[in-house]
Amino acid sequence: MMDGNLHDDPLLVGEGALGQMMPMYLRVSPSGHIRSVGPTLAKLCRGNDLRGARLLEVFELRKPHPVQTMEAFGKLAGQRLHLALRDGSKTALRGMALRLPEGQGYVINLSFGIAAAEAVREHNLTNADFAPTDLTVELLYLTEVKAAVMEELAALNLRLQCAQRAAEEQALTDALTGLANRRALDQTLDRTVEAIRRGGRAFTFMHIDLDFFKAVNDTLGHAAGDLVLTHVSKVLREAARKGDTVSRVGGDEFAMILPGMVDEADILRMARRIITELEMPIEFEGQPCHISASVGATISRIYETPDPDRILSDADTALYASKRAGRGRCTVYQPGMTLPDVEDEARSTRRT
Amino acid sequence: MHGLVNRSLQCFLRDTYGSDLWCRIAEEAGIDSVGFEALLMYDDAITDHLIDASIKWLGKPRDALLEDLGIYLARLEAPRRLLRFGGVDFVDFLQSLDELPERVHLAVPDLEIPELRLSSIGGGRFTLECKGRMPGFGSVFAGVLRAMADDYGALALIDLAQTASASELIQIELLEMEFASGRHFELALPERGA
Repeated sequence: MMDGNLHDDPLLVGEGALGQMMPMYLRVSPSGHIRSVGPTLAKLCRGNDLRGARLLEVFELRKPHPVQTMEAFGKLAGQRLHLALRDGSKTALRGMALRLPEGQGYVINLSFGIAAAEAVREHNLTNADFAPTDLTVELLYLTEVKAAVMEELAALNLRLQCAQRAAEEQALTDALTGLANRRALDQTLDRTVEAIRRGGRAFTFMHIDLDFFKAVNDTLGHAAGDLVLTHVSKVLREAARKGDTVSRVGGDEFAMILPGMVDEADILRMARRIITELEMPIEFEGQPCHISASVGATISRIYETPDPDRILSDADTALYASKRAGRGRCTVYQPGMTLPDVEDEARSTRRT
Repeated sequence: MHGLVNRSLQCFLRDTYGSDLWCRIAEEAGIDSVGFEALLMYDDAITDHLIDASIKWLGKPRDALLEDLGIYLARLEAPRRLLRFGGVDFVDFLQSLDELPERVHLAVPDLEIPELRLSSIGGGRFTLECKGRMPGFGSVFAGVLRAMADDYGALALIDLAQTASASELIQIELLEMEFASGRHFELALPERGA
């Protein structure tokens, strides 16, 4: 008999059951007085019994638009509502009001908006505070797992970046001495020359070639040779000023870029100091190692348009002049300085 | 295999047995002892080599090793929390396991884990079927279930059944739901710096 009369069969649901289905429901009288409250919503109000309070005094309706009267509120039945508790927490909620038949007032179902995690934290809610159909807990799960994955990704990026930086550094560093290598020198020289074209500081390029290094290597072995090279790098580093580049460009060849040092007397003084320091004997297993160095330098100011290849080659010419003049000295390149005809032959023997 | 799996193995071995043994196992398996990145993919064979090397150095059967891995993982705070989202009590948690692969995909879309199907056979007894491409996950899940029973404070017998089929079967017998008080779980983490 009931089956045949579905349309007129009123749905009777007790407050307890309603609270189970919709733990954040409100039942409100036509006058706007709250008559019953779902258990989770009650928890949000921290023990304040909402029953008997006026809906619009407890909640602030934000969207679709604020209302002052229950008459205005009634017109929003069936729409999506954005509300907030007027208490200190200002917890944002969304919901929908259903107008009950025969002037029984309203049932309003609420849920948390996108800021669910904050509300759950603030009100110490548990899994049991949510209806089984509610996906808020899944939202919290996703928030947490996303944070973990993002953190891992950020750490991975950092590790990759560090690895890349280390690889780049390795590619530009001489393994034995830790000085810049040939590649790094070329890059710095290019940059410095480029900077001059844009009005940057003039500089001196210094080519330093060790004398008698082969003898050390041949008589005392490679370990002694390595010790000497490490010592040379230390001497050059100490001689360098801030902003200078010191590099090892070959077996026993070094080079320096000295921005701002353009006075010939200064250059010769610095080279002299380096050579004197290098001529001090270095002790290897109780044996003294003796070396010296020949230096060739060129000043960027003598060129109308400085060119890295030209600078390298002119410093080389000056270095060769030092070698020919008896080693252990420095020559600053002068325009017109050339190598004698024996150059090629001499060069091939010089570095042995 | 997903880096998370390899990384889990690495952390489990290193944290449980120390760095020296981890390095030795890594060497045996032909892996750099720096190990794995959790979010990169690796060849499946690497995981096999790693497991084989662990079995050799630890003198443990494969099933026991993988079960220990499962226990280790479920006791780490971050995975433990994510697992606890599954249910309010141990039975609720068991019932949520069918959804676990979906949950895992929400988190890490390319992490492949086996299909899970829980069946209730009455009297507090359940079976969990793991059907996947890589055998061994069954043992890991057996360990995870053991750790989670403890976490919820439930007393349960958990065993990996021997099956002839491709899928692995875990038998669960729940003896007591509230055997111990279990560990605390709050849905939302405290705010950073709070």
